[in-house]
Amino acid sequence: MTEQTAALLFNFGVPAVLIVAGFFAGSWNERRHFRRIVKREEELRAILAFAIRRMPSDLALSAPHLVTGSAVISVDYFKRFAAGLRGIVGGRIGSYESLFERARREAMIRMKQTAQGAGSNIVLNVKLDTTRIYAGSRGGIVSVEAIAYGTAYLRHDEPAEIH
Amino acid sequence: MIVSNMEELPGQRVVRHLGVVQGSTVQAKNVFRDIGASLKNLIGGELRAYTDLMNSAREEAIARMKQEAEALGANAILNVRFATSTITQGAAELLAYGTAVIVEESPE
Repeated sequence: MTEQTAALLFNFGVPAVLIVAGFFAGSWNERRHFRRIVKREEELRAILAFAIRRMPSDLALSAPHLVTGSAVISVDYFKRFAAGLRGIVGGRIGSYESLFERARREAMIRMKQTAQGAGSNIVLNVKLDTTRIYAGSRGGIVSVEAIAYGTAYLRHDEPAEIH
Repeated sequence: MIVSNMEELPGQRVVRHLGVVQGSTVQAKNVFRDIGASLKNLIGGELRAYTDLMNSAREEAIARMKQEAEALGANAILNVRFATSTITQGAAELLAYGTAVIVEESPE
């Protein structure tokens, strides 16, 4: 093996291995994350969240406080590669869409968990925001931070449970 | 101190507006944590160290905003918003701002 073939193997072989590893580990990770998201969303269904700005007049609310939830999610090596290809031909980058979806749904879950932990059961004026985070020493790494925030209240318009 | 991102509070009315208050912090990442983040980047997923970093930075920004409101004699901050900007690679500014007000129980 000449020095050139070795260099060629290294230059193309290493990224190829990373892409394959990224594809399998990344998609497994993502599926697992989505399953966890769905499960917790189901658990938190009792905590209502609305994007309304005005106080609803028909609800008896108390104890307002700001609640936030956030998550920084990174793409895998394969997705970066796929998005790079997509950048040539243009169009929808599905792999990045799911990245944003994961981050946002995770942030929303955490916001609801914070609200629940503080004894609230409704969150109003929910805002969602996303920021790109530079991670990794080479800077080429794509990760996004999603934040969900709103004002949590205790809603007591429901009749007390009768035992 | 009541902190809310809505314009009104249930059962209370604003008696005085004290102006915009803000709190911000600039955070740099930790190089050692970054090595972990780089590894995580091969397989994708949550960068927990970054989530924690951003959260503690946001809490700091809120605390500073509250301090400013307290100094003005406010008892509530309404219409709170967050903004994040990445300054350079590895540093981000987190800002929290809102309107400091004095509220009291409404008579109804």
